[in-house]
Amino acid sequence: MTEAKKRRSDTRMVPVPSHSIVPERDVDDIPVLETRHLGIEFGGLKAVDDFNLTIGKTEIAGLIGPNGAGKTTVFNLLTKVYEPTTGAVLINGQDLHGMSIVQASRLGIARTFQNIRLFDKMTVEENVRIGLHNQIKYDMITGILRLPRYWKQEKRQHERAMELLDIFGMQDLADEVSGSLPYGAQRRLEIVRALATEPKLLLLDEPAAGMNPHETEELMENIAKIRDRFGIAILLIEHDMSLVMGVCEGICVLNFGRIIAKGTADEIQANPDVIEAYLGKKKEG
Amino acid sequence: MTKAKRRRLIYNLVTFALVIIAYIVLQNMIGAKAISRSLKGLLVPICAWIIMAVSLNLVIGFSGELSLGHAGFMSIGAYTGAIVSGWLLAAFDMQDTTLRLILAIVAGGIIAGIFGVLIGIPVLRLRGDYLAIVTLAFGEIIRNLVNVLYVGTADGKLHFSFLNKKLPEGVTMLVDGAKGAVKIKPISTFTAGFILILITLVIVLNLVNSRAGRAIQATRDNRIAAESMGVSVTKYKMMAFVTAAVLAGMAGALYGLNSSTVVPTQFTFNQSINVLVFVVLGGLGNVLGSVISATFLTVLPEVLREFADFRMLVYAVVLILVMIFTNNPLIRSFINRLFGPVKSLFRGKPKSVSGGDLQ
Amino acid sequence: MIFLDHLINGLSLGSIYAIIALGYTMVYGIAKMLNFAHGDVIMVGAYIAFCGLQYWGIPPVLAILLAMVFCTLLGVTIEGFAYRPLRQATSLAVLITAIGMSYLLQNIALMIWGANPKSFPTTFINGSNIRLGQLNISSATLITILANVVIMVTLTLFTSKTKLGKAMRCVSEDRGAAELMGINVNRTISLTFAIGSALAAIAGVLLCSSYPILQPTTGSMPGIKAFTAAVFGGIGSIPGAMLGGILLGLIEIFGKAYISTELGDAIVFAVLIIVLLVKPAGLLGKPMREKV
Repeated sequence: MTEAKKRRSDTRMVPVPSHSIVPERDVDDIPVLETRHLGIEFGGLKAVDDFNLTIGKTEIAGLIGPNGAGKTTVFNLLTKVYEPTTGAVLINGQDLHGMSIVQASRLGIARTFQNIRLFDKMTVEENVRIGLHNQIKYDMITGILRLPRYWKQEKRQHERAMELLDIFGMQDLADEVSGSLPYGAQRRLEIVRALATEPKLLLLDEPAAGMNPHETEELMENIAKIRDRFGIAILLIEHDMSLVMGVCEGICVLNFGRIIAKGTADEIQANPDVIEAYLGKKKEG
Repeated sequence: MTKAKRRRLIYNLVTFALVIIAYIVLQNMIGAKAISRSLKGLLVPICAWIIMAVSLNLVIGFSGELSLGHAGFMSIGAYTGAIVSGWLLAAFDMQDTTLRLILAIVAGGIIAGIFGVLIGIPVLRLRGDYLAIVTLAFGEIIRNLVNVLYVGTADGKLHFSFLNKKLPEGVTMLVDGAKGAVKIKPISTFTAGFILILITLVIVLNLVNSRAGRAIQATRDNRIAAESMGVSVTKYKMMAFVTAAVLAGMAGALYGLNSSTVVPTQFTFNQSINVLVFVVLGGLGNVLGSVISATFLTVLPEVLREFADFRMLVYAVVLILVMIFTNNPLIRSFINRLFGPVKSLFRGKPKSVSGGDLQ
Repeated sequence: MIFLDHLINGLSLGSIYAIIALGYTMVYGIAKMLNFAHGDVIMVGAYIAFCGLQYWGIPPVLAILLAMVFCTLLGVTIEGFAYRPLRQATSLAVLITAIGMSYLLQNIALMIWGANPKSFPTTFINGSNIRLGQLNISSATLITILANVVIMVTLTLFTSKTKLGKAMRCVSEDRGAAELMGINVNRTISLTFAIGSALAAIAGVLLCSSYPILQPTTGSMPGIKAFTAAVFGGIGSIPGAMLGGILLGLIEIFGKAYISTELGDAIVFAVLIIVLLVKPAGLLGKPMREKV
């Protein structure tokens, strides 16, 4: 948390050069995420090809592109849900090659899902506690025999879970079955659960989906506050351009699995390739 | 204490209380000779089936995997128990039946657990219906194997033979192929069954309400999300599966040592299905429900004996009707409208969702 | 030529399993349920044919047709009364209901025909034995294999060429979309059960012609094995059911002959396990890709 306090003093975002999205304040550190020629092929079709991205330790970055561009596929590659056919993913300098999803998660990468994946039969608090699974531990025998460590760790889990829920104003919902929550609350719960794993990099897959402008505004503030409070990097996939342009320090544009542009919001908005990808070629005459 | 925690505590207490009270009542009935012979003979089997149902619920209800071969573990436990008890008696003249029973039950659990690990490794790699079919296959394989198993004891040593009965001369037969485990001295008691139920409840309820238990349930609710949160699906599904196998093995040993023979036909696919029915009817993830349904459905055919030929028919019809009534949305909404006002009295006001803000 | 003997027997037994497996796989494909009672419909079909041949003295072809008609009605009725109300329920709930139905059928048969095994009349089918060199093939065996081929061809043509058959495939793939396209889902599902049950009747007659002992539990084990065969071949796949059934029959016969008679079943199931570990969706099944 002291790291976060340090960074809170930097309020101005520094314009980034267009070939990388590493804010200058992080330029000496190992980037939290680096991908080198990352790609995956499904039966001859290159869903993602030559994906090169670097993200700084406390950067908020965006990944955008038309539908089917391969954005969620990139997330799946970063979290090792898919094994890449080419290239590498490095988290804090460590190559994820050959790792399982669980191993990748232990290195500090957490995510939310496009189609909400909560543990719908479990309560809100229990969902968060799953996020704490590898943070506050005790083994099976301790649990069955109810040894002192069980009571101590359960209390710690409960307190930590409530602390996290409190940040998002969800503490009153702790005992509700997560499957019965309204959509917006479910999306927020997914974020809380992901944060419980104490990640270094948080991947948000379309966090604003289904939200009205007011909720989106709130989400924008929350994302910046999460970065400030937890001192982590955030990469988000989004279609809502006001959110992306408003909160992302660097943006990466994907089309047909390849990066077509990288840069700040202004640079991206002016980029003709990006415009063409979304709107098609400008008519002659 | 949070509301959820309180609810859970009450649920657990009720479960234990029910079992303890039932035990006390039945013991009194036995003492006062106020119990029918057939019911008395059912006491140990009921204990065994309760443990089978609760352990299977761990796999199906909490871990979310359909296991159709649970009777196989019971069979392993029964045979192990019979072998161990017979061997201890013949080789060491261990006359203390309580000690023999304890050792037999523990052995049954351990051996069944080992098989649980061996079977679990390939099985838990599969999904859904394919996993179910493989558990069925393993159950059948076990049934086939014990049918051609020959075990005898002589001079304190155990002799095993497979397929052909090639055992040394003058050996005391413990397991005789298709004839099953023979000449068992029945040593199971209702008290032993009761204690075993308590142990099972402690293990299952404590496991489920712990970090590991939450992990197991997470793997049931959403496999990919669980892995993404760092919960190893294989590890926790194995945990549930092997724990269930151990409990089933112990139940098997108890069950087997309740009569003078144990035959392979007692542990067929039909038995696995029986236990499955107990679990589903009692409610997936509902331990108390499993206790009640296992008891009820074990006693029911006996009670229906009056109807002689009709009793299995009635059982089948009742089963079908219960399933339709509890699962058809139209019938359910009808019942909800009847009892709705009563239900909402217990539930209280629905929660409001606050917008929330980061501090 | 003992090997060829076993081969023919294996193909024959496998054909029976294949025909039964078709019923399982089609119903699974379309209603996403495991019709546990299918094996017992086979038994009922065999009993009806038995009554026709033994008690009512009707000619064999009519007896078989009678069994088919009866089983078809039975299957459709079961679907309508016990499974249709549970369309929205979890698959486990439907499975338990099917189990209850299986018990029901077995016990009704027990009540009507008693527990004593009946000897199925095989004279009508065992006319003459065919001689191929040193091979002696009973006509029952030959008819079984031929029946399987005919059914396989007919069913393949039906599902690919006819409107009803295509409707079945649509409902299997996406029930909601099929409904929106104007397909009467209820009727299509009933039709599937009807076909499966008619096949079950045929299978019952063929089974008891080769293995003439008939009792209320006769359908149970072949049912389990055929279901295993359906999964083996890839549940929901019609060619898979065919392949799985025949392979299972062959493995069973060869296993019993060359390894051990008592362990025949264990061998069959062991092979199944090994195959599924290598091909987790069955031989011809398509692995379900989960969208993340």
